[in-house]
Amino acid sequence: MAKEVTNAPVEKKKKVGMTDSNLLLVITVGVFFAMYLGAIVFEGEGFLKPQSFMNMLNANAALIITACGLSLVMITGGIDISVGGVVALVSMTCAMCLDEWGGNIFISILIALGIGLAFGIVQGLLVAYLDIQPFIVSLAGMFFARGMTTIVNTKPFNVANKDFVALKDYRIYIPGLGSYNNAKPPKFIEAYISIGVVVAIAVVILMFVILKWTRFGRNFYAVGGNRQSALMLGINVKRTRFFSHLICGLLAGIGGYVYFLYKGSGSATNAAGMEMDAIAASIIGGTLLTGGVGNIIGTFFGVLSLSTIKDIVTSAGLDDPWWTGITTAGMLCLFLVIQSIIMIYKKKQD
Amino acid sequence: MNKNSVLEMRNISKSFPGVRALQNVQFSLCEGEIHALMGENGAGKSTLIKVLTGVYSKDEGDIFIKGIDNAVSIRSPQDAQNLGISTVYQEITLCPNLTVAENMFIGRTKGAGVNWKKMNDEADRILESLDIPAKAKQQLSSCSIAIQQMIAIARAVDMQCKILILDEPTSSLDEQEVEKLFKLMRDLKKKGVGIIFVTHFLDQVYEVCDKITVLRDGQFVGEYEIKDLPRVQLVSKMLGKELDDMSDIRGDYEGPGENVEKIFEATSLQSNAGIKPFDFYIRKGEVNGFTGLLGSGRSECVRAIFGADRVIKGTIKKNGQTVKIGKPIRAMKLGIGYLPEDRKVDGIIGDLSVRENIVLALQVMKGFFRPFSKAQAYKFADEYIKKLEIKTASADTPIKSLSGGNQQKVILARWLLTNPEYLILDEPTRGIDVGTKIEIQKLVLELAKQGKSITFISSETDEMLRTCSRLIVMRDRKVVGELKGDQLNQNTIMSTIAGGDK
Amino acid sequence: MSGSTTKNKSSFIQILQSMVSNQIFIPIAALLLLALFNLIVDPSFYSITLKESNDGFSTLQGNLISILDFGSELAILAIGMTFVTSASGGQDISVGATIAIAGSAILRILCGDNPRPSELQAPIFVAVIVGCIVAMLFGAFNGVLVSFFNIQPMVATLILFTAGRSIASWINNGQLPDVSFEPSFGYWGTYIPGVPIPTPFFIAVVCFIVTGLILKFTTLGLYSQSVGINESSAKLNGLNPKMIKLVTFVILGLCVGICGFIKVSRLSQINYSVIAKDIEMDAILAVALGGNALGGGKFNMTASILGAYVIQFLTTTLYKYGVSADALPAYKAVVVILLVVFSAPTVRDGLSNFWKKNFGKKAVKEVG
Repeated sequence: MAKEVTNAPVEKKKKVGMTDSNLLLVITVGVFFAMYLGAIVFEGEGFLKPQSFMNMLNANAALIITACGLSLVMITGGIDISVGGVVALVSMTCAMCLDEWGGNIFISILIALGIGLAFGIVQGLLVAYLDIQPFIVSLAGMFFARGMTTIVNTKPFNVANKDFVALKDYRIYIPGLGSYNNAKPPKFIEAYISIGVVVAIAVVILMFVILKWTRFGRNFYAVGGNRQSALMLGINVKRTRFFSHLICGLLAGIGGYVYFLYKGSGSATNAAGMEMDAIAASIIGGTLLTGGVGNIIGTFFGVLSLSTIKDIVTSAGLDDPWWTGITTAGMLCLFLVIQSIIMIYKKKQD
Repeated sequence: MNKNSVLEMRNISKSFPGVRALQNVQFSLCEGEIHALMGENGAGKSTLIKVLTGVYSKDEGDIFIKGIDNAVSIRSPQDAQNLGISTVYQEITLCPNLTVAENMFIGRTKGAGVNWKKMNDEADRILESLDIPAKAKQQLSSCSIAIQQMIAIARAVDMQCKILILDEPTSSLDEQEVEKLFKLMRDLKKKGVGIIFVTHFLDQVYEVCDKITVLRDGQFVGEYEIKDLPRVQLVSKMLGKELDDMSDIRGDYEGPGENVEKIFEATSLQSNAGIKPFDFYIRKGEVNGFTGLLGSGRSECVRAIFGADRVIKGTIKKNGQTVKIGKPIRAMKLGIGYLPEDRKVDGIIGDLSVRENIVLALQVMKGFFRPFSKAQAYKFADEYIKKLEIKTASADTPIKSLSGGNQQKVILARWLLTNPEYLILDEPTRGIDVGTKIEIQKLVLELAKQGKSITFISSETDEMLRTCSRLIVMRDRKVVGELKGDQLNQNTIMSTIAGGDK
Repeated sequence: MSGSTTKNKSSFIQILQSMVSNQIFIPIAALLLLALFNLIVDPSFYSITLKESNDGFSTLQGNLISILDFGSELAILAIGMTFVTSASGGQDISVGATIAIAGSAILRILCGDNPRPSELQAPIFVAVIVGCIVAMLFGAFNGVLVSFFNIQPMVATLILFTAGRSIASWINNGQLPDVSFEPSFGYWGTYIPGVPIPTPFFIAVVCFIVTGLILKFTTLGLYSQSVGINESSAKLNGLNPKMIKLVTFVILGLCVGICGFIKVSRLSQINYSVIAKDIEMDAILAVALGGNALGGGKFNMTASILGAYVIQFLTTTLYKYGVSADALPAYKAVVVILLVVFSAPTVRDGLSNFWKKNFGKKAVKEVG
């Protein structure tokens, strides 16, 4: 008689699959390098110069910082579309502080942090403790910030404060990295970054460490994964959601100042559409809108991918102002669809 | 406080708008004791548990815990954890996006940092010692529901708790896993942990528990030693009345003969939910059932019949005619109804009224441009509320505020209203009180006598023996046998499910 | 005697309580609050005058009329937004941008290639139908992303929110067409000669009636609520949740098309970056103010429509007190947050407990 095969359920191959966060991160980083490579190949040597890459960082430092905050909120399962407005309000208020109200740099930085914190705290309280939809709260926050910007001052102007201009133009050269210019004989020009980039990189590293290696950070993922479960697991859900908004507000304040350092002006139209860029960067970076999945490093590469594609579009000759909007939207659409297909496919496999 | 007690709850009261969920309820738990908390749905078991775990705040009463002189106040699940109370809920309360190890440790480690290596090693050790087939680094969502439940239990067990609450943890476990759990419970009991066990399975109560506390309608009925309370008495205490003779509800109904027409027939049917192709038929006026361990593919089979999963293979004959069922609406139009396994997720539409929930399926069949008038809908709803004795304030009450058993009756009413020739009931008795369970079984036989065909699935074999005249046995997502007549007894079913020559 | 008065009192409290718990209470309360505020601060807010316009016809002018006028387009949007909210549990934030697209398409059909034609290149109704179809197609685009790709509505619509105005500008090659030479086009957004009430109000009334008929003679209401509350149940009851979500987005598209028509008709021209600016917020707020859960499920259409007019009431009030158009959002945001806070379930429960403790008991005591 044939020996009966054991009737224990057939064990599936116990391969430990990649977590959703890591899978999406790998995709993002891959996409960025592919895109940058594409840019070098098709759009020419310009993209090859270290300074081009550094300029991309210089121009996007503020977006990196704000997008980090937004990613945190999205990981926790919320959303904050007020960040662009906060950046505009910060830049306008700081500009007025330096040129009109006789403040100095120190005071202007305090103002930036204060505005960011205030938005974070109020929105956090409303979302976490009164349980109002984050989308509605931050929609109101966005309109409030935009409206306040014009109340502070309607006319755009460039800041003339000497200390500020010095800070704005301060360059940090990176030894050994650079390229030769076209002069004869060719002169080696070192690549440089602005102060904002240093702040941005510090924020990325700090946020990464918090989210990966602290209990405080892991709670955000738990709450984003399943709020009810997180509560039952003994996590203070309200406080966690509150802190996600608080940190996002604070980072929007810092991002606002970095943006202000880059632009050097106060204007009601500053940071127009920045909330959309930040959301797009987070999503491209592999943060799931449903919460619980995301990675700060991904967000960083998300910003760079977004910037690269914009550069490609511009250097391809499509420099009508509306093309940037369409490009961002197209990228967002593409990545959303890719994400959703991956997630649907993964679900089918389980 | 009794010196052996780890927990005493005195005169606990809790009201929700319009409902007094608990009135002066007592509960005490000794060291090294497994204590069953019994009661029908809506008796207040869950509310009592949630008061104890800090999910709800109590209106009145005191809670005492061993080692603490004054009454304790438990305001959040965190407080409960800190007091040494850990809980496993019926629904999975873990985070699907985190790894297995994180789910076991989050919310209860000390210090600010996360030591991944230590956590993963520790988790793997616990998983191995409890014989749970999962890896620490795996994402939780990639585990089956049963394994997720085991992980939740592992977490609770590892917390060095004084009091362990198991709120219907067994409803998603198969028998081997239940055995594993019981072994674990006995080990913990030896270590002096007090365990509160909530379940609907009477067998399980009598297998592991020492004491029983019975609640009814939010009130304390009594606390009994298990040996002093025979089953029949327990049930009558829970119901507050004597039970009909449970064993003989079938009466003299024997089901249709061999020559009665087959109302539905499927040949090598297969869906994308991972079941092997299977053959199936049902005759007019027949009650048959799918049996097998949880996860053996019972639900997937009936879902394939109803078109709820995507059918990838097979032919279907309805009344002898070959038809194609691509989606549920087709099945409904062919006179098939399906009461899904998971009432909350697939059955009820929580915020809608009882009336809308009852009318929904028939309305969908009638069509988009032909809505029922309000009067007509009320007539339907009132008719079935009366017929099935659904306990609801009115036909306009949102279904989510009804008790589990009554919700299930509403879903039944929904399908009865469509007057199907063939009705599939997937676990209609799960998680509902004993009284309603019997009502539903009677109804099934009643319908069969009227000439309707019914497929009945239940995790409790005796329910199926009472109702079905033919059983299809499944193992590992495959049909492995068919039992009828004399073969319909516990032993044959067990050995067929287990396989081999046993 | 005294017994009957206390009985009246307690039944009065009961009526009050049932009123407070009714969904339509929120917009009505907000409306009364605003109305009272204006009445106290400056009753001239309510003055309505009959003015003769340039072409010799008399039209009604005043704040109330302008609320009726501009609130109407908002109310039309709110209808579609309510359906979308109910079925998909999210909102469409691209409505402002798609209004620009629809308006641009209408002008493109009317003007052809030349932005300054001497006569219309197509009949108005053809242009309107094309505009509506275009808006419905963009609505369907959003709907497909939401239903077939499972993308959250707000994010799916973020795409058109970002790109919509650019697309609108692209439709007319970046030029700004003008049809002010044809007065009959302007009637739809302003006044029909001889009728003193603004036309958008009549268009809105037609939309309300059609919506009412749809809700009465189809099962759309039941279906969208079922899908919004429990998609998986709805599916097992034979519904097709994806289709239903898609349909709600297409309906919203139609509403957007009609709004776009009213918007371009008001000025007989278009400014891509300004037209219907910030209207998405107003439309969402109308739904929220109507007491509808923004998370989807049950809805009350009347409350949404009323909510739209309340929002417009607020806007007009703010304009009246000299708030500039740019700063307007700041004030509105504050008011809106206050309204949302007071309609939040947690706050309402707290308030109703407070009410019961302080007034409920008294009533019981008096009876006893």
